[in-house]
Amino acid sequence: MTDVPWLLLMIAVPAVGAAVVAGLPAAREALARPLALAVSLLVLLLAVLATVAFDTGGDRFQLTTAVAWIPDFGVDFALGVDGIALSMLLLIGVLVPVVVGASWHETPPPRPGRGPRSMRAFWAWLLLLESLMVGVFAATDVFLFYVFFEAMLVPMYFLIGSFGGENRQYAAVKFFLYSLLGGLVMLASVIGLYVVSNSQLGEGTFAFDALRQLEIDPGVQKLLFLGFFVAFAIKAPLVPFHTWLPDAGTQAPIGASVLLVGVLDKVGTFGFLRYCLPLFPDAARDLAPWVLVLAVVGVLYAALVAIGQDDMKRLVSYTSIAHFGFIALGIFAFTTEAATGAVLYMVNHGIATGLLFVVVGMVIARSGSRRISDHGGLAARAPLLAGVFLLAGLASLALPGTNSFVSEFLVLIGSFPERPVHTVLATLGIVLAALYVLLMYQRVMHGPARGVLAEPDAEPDAGAAPEPADPPHGGGGATAVLAAPAPARTRRVPDLSRREVAVVSPLVALILLLGVYPQPLIDLVTPAVEATISDVGADPGGNTPQVGVTPIEEDD
Amino acid sequence: MDGVAAPDLSFAALAPLLFVFGAAAVGVLVEAFAPRAVRHPVQVAIALTGAVGAFVATLLLAGTREVTAGGALAVDGVALFLQGTIAVLGALSVLLFSERALDPARSAFVAVASVPAGSVRDRELSTDERVQTEVYPLASFALGGMMLFTAANDLLVMFVALEVLSLPLYLMSGLARRRRLLSQEAAVKYFLLGAFASAFFLYGLALVYGATGSVRLSAIRDAAVVEGGDTLLVLGLGLLVVGLMFKASVAPFHTWTPDVYQGAPTAVTAFMAAATKVAAFGAVLRLLYVAFGTAEWTWRPLVYALAITSMVVGAVLGLTQTDVKRMLAYSSIAHAGFLLTGVIGLGADGSGPGLAATMFYLLAYGLTTLGAFGLVTLVRSGEGEATHLSQWAGLAQRSPVVAALMGLFLLALAGIPLTSGFTGKFAVFRAAIETGAWPLAVVALVTSAIAAFFYLRVIVLMYFSEPAPEGPTVGVPGLPTTIVVAVTAAATLVLGVLPGSVLDLADSAAVLVG
Repeated sequence: MTDVPWLLLMIAVPAVGAAVVAGLPAAREALARPLALAVSLLVLLLAVLATVAFDTGGDRFQLTTAVAWIPDFGVDFALGVDGIALSMLLLIGVLVPVVVGASWHETPPPRPGRGPRSMRAFWAWLLLLESLMVGVFAATDVFLFYVFFEAMLVPMYFLIGSFGGENRQYAAVKFFLYSLLGGLVMLASVIGLYVVSNSQLGEGTFAFDALRQLEIDPGVQKLLFLGFFVAFAIKAPLVPFHTWLPDAGTQAPIGASVLLVGVLDKVGTFGFLRYCLPLFPDAARDLAPWVLVLAVVGVLYAALVAIGQDDMKRLVSYTSIAHFGFIALGIFAFTTEAATGAVLYMVNHGIATGLLFVVVGMVIARSGSRRISDHGGLAARAPLLAGVFLLAGLASLALPGTNSFVSEFLVLIGSFPERPVHTVLATLGIVLAALYVLLMYQRVMHGPARGVLAEPDAEPDAGAAPEPADPPHGGGGATAVLAAPAPARTRRVPDLSRREVAVVSPLVALILLLGVYPQPLIDLVTPAVEATISDVGADPGGNTPQVGVTPIEEDD
Repeated sequence: MDGVAAPDLSFAALAPLLFVFGAAAVGVLVEAFAPRAVRHPVQVAIALTGAVGAFVATLLLAGTREVTAGGALAVDGVALFLQGTIAVLGALSVLLFSERALDPARSAFVAVASVPAGSVRDRELSTDERVQTEVYPLASFALGGMMLFTAANDLLVMFVALEVLSLPLYLMSGLARRRRLLSQEAAVKYFLLGAFASAFFLYGLALVYGATGSVRLSAIRDAAVVEGGDTLLVLGLGLLVVGLMFKASVAPFHTWTPDVYQGAPTAVTAFMAAATKVAAFGAVLRLLYVAFGTAEWTWRPLVYALAITSMVVGAVLGLTQTDVKRMLAYSSIAHAGFLLTGVIGLGADGSGPGLAATMFYLLAYGLTTLGAFGLVTLVRSGEGEATHLSQWAGLAQRSPVVAALMGLFLLALAGIPLTSGFTGKFAVFRAAIETGAWPLAVVALVTSAIAAFFYLRVIVLMYFSEPAPEGPTVGVPGLPTTIVVAVTAAATLVLGVLPGSVLDLADSAAVLVG
């Protein structure tokens, strides 16, 4: 155990980086981008070092730092991670450099009649967001968690609102208000916890470890649970709290979409595991059937809606909602396998969907359109792009050999003994996932070139394409596997550039690596998951879920 | 007759009041005798000396707990903390008044208030650099009244303080140089409704006197214990509360607020929004906890209902506003409701965290709202300040600093963590939940979310919209406004990130004597 405050550094480094980037003089603006990359890589390094310093068999919370912050409220600036939080920090560490790379040529929305706006703010907000995301997972004080949880909204709000698509204002405000409402409801519960701790311990506290010891009256527990649950269900998002995500995910710039779906939404499922289950075990058990219904409805409903989407980013957003249903199923089944699967799913979904968003962003950058019906026949012209797109899609539908398969499988086998009906229904979601992924891949990458892509090469760069798309090729789907030879005069579509290869390769490598060798990740999260599940089951008289020995468990 | 015995006065404990009233009196003399050319700087210096001196005096007096002036004034932690707050807000407001760089005619105040608006003479004067410097002694008097208000231990003194603080404000509301009719209308409206409120207060005073035989708060307290459910007493209390809630712009006694906030010169609006609210809540706290602290059941349901009404009215009506000043007025109404949440959280007999929470909230809100109004003075078009929301579109591109600071103040008003607004809200909500008023806290949280929408809308306009081709310009502020904005912005951040020491101070000052 070293004394280096890794977590504090991981919060401070990007925050300072954000301040430096924001303060760059206009003449040195070109430095913002490389600086952002350097800072994000440094955070990745710190995350790896923190993982090395973390002892899998050690205490539940490690790398702890605690400083009294607001003594009047009993608030400490307390940081610490368990395996679950650490895996999320690693995910952040990996995704942010990828996002920086993927946004390298991001340009702000055009302003009629004026020069281009500075991108400095984009990089500064991105780094600030990274700092706050680390904070939200590393906080072990509920108040501090809440502060990060709410503060995180501000950079994302500006990323969407300043740099997003045509409907960005609406999406940004909707995102902010939904999350804020959830956050405020949670605040009521946070204060409620404090009041309970004040009456039971004689001194109000927000420290997670102390709050976990409380014996809360079941009625009160239910109310407090609901406060946290609503906030996390909006964040995750579970159906029916999900309507902000398709808008935000679609309108956000690609980099922000990746972080939004890859990391920010994980705060919701992370919150279920860290706060809802251990703090309110009775309420969690009582209300689990309802949550599971929401989860399964989410899996099926979001998958069905995804199939009907024509907008690629919207489609990916809906697939995420379906995946969050799986994660919630895994968490609220209360078995170690299922919960381990859910945690793995959180990491894997971040990687797989992150890659899918990045690749979709690359396709959009080439065509200038988010509509599936504006594309076609890309595979023949950009085979590498098509290959990565396919891999991301397959990872997203949990094909064996990809990382998501491991997690989805664990969730399903773990949930089945406890909740067979829910599990069977959720399994149907896999079939639907195959539909939405493969249909999108087929329409975008194969078949005849359509829309802007079918225009003669002489056309200048993308932009507005008023030309109506060709009628959708009805019925001919089966034959589209063979790419129609592109007519000689259609536009050239460049394949992946070296930068783009560099951006996607870490995620591709992780998808394959975690697909065949997930053991290190499983070892990292299992102790924390077991502790969480035993928190739920530990209450006497409760319906103790079976904590079976799992085939994946290893003692060291 | 033996003649009236002079009451025992502790001059040291009254130092803050003496400073401010002294400055006001000297200001009047300067107005009468000093030549016009030097009046402005001299008046500003005197008013600032008064306010800053009062602030220093409150710091030196910290820890004092005494009742003086024959029992009419209570100098205790609450009084000193709030007097200090009012003095700081007052000093900053005086700086806003003294701004000379923004208006082409060098002042936001009218040259000669008595000239009818729209007359030939008025048009001549509208570009004259002359300025009505009476505003400084008026402000000092108002400041003195406010500080007296928070220390009044006697309903009669409270009434006198109410009038001393109100009358100058009525006048100051009518002194705008631009859009004078709107300003004068605001002044008349404020005066008429304010007079009604004073009458309510006075009637309540009379009833309470009738019920208890005393106007001294401590005597009322003793009587309330004995007589409890006396109808006269309860009725009197209700009327007193109406009078005070009017000043604090709590719905449903808020109808004057948007009109007056919009019509008054913005610097005066800032002063009213920040300092008057502190003073009014100071009096509310003292009345409810010193005089009626043992008869909580009489006012608790009333305050509960007022808090909910005010939060809902402020948040919902704020949504429909298209003028920045009116929007901030509704925000002020909503915040009055949040403050009442803290008042509810005081618990039986002044114990519990509600008192300190309310005091902290007052300080945080006062500074934030002062800063926000200060920024409103900077955004100008041809005919004065550009307060219509549509004129703020794309402000971030014209002036990133102003937009960023306004964004900060708005986020603080919305209660986003790491700003003072969040710390304050957290403190009052905690206090309310701790005393079992969690339904009230839930309403407060929901209305916070509703209110966030209209704060966000301004941020959206400033950052995500394209500026109108003939949009307003952002004036380059002189030193005074720069100081105000810098101080309030720094305070908004510090009270959000490291509020510990100020919370401690509020906690240790949360003592009422009487």
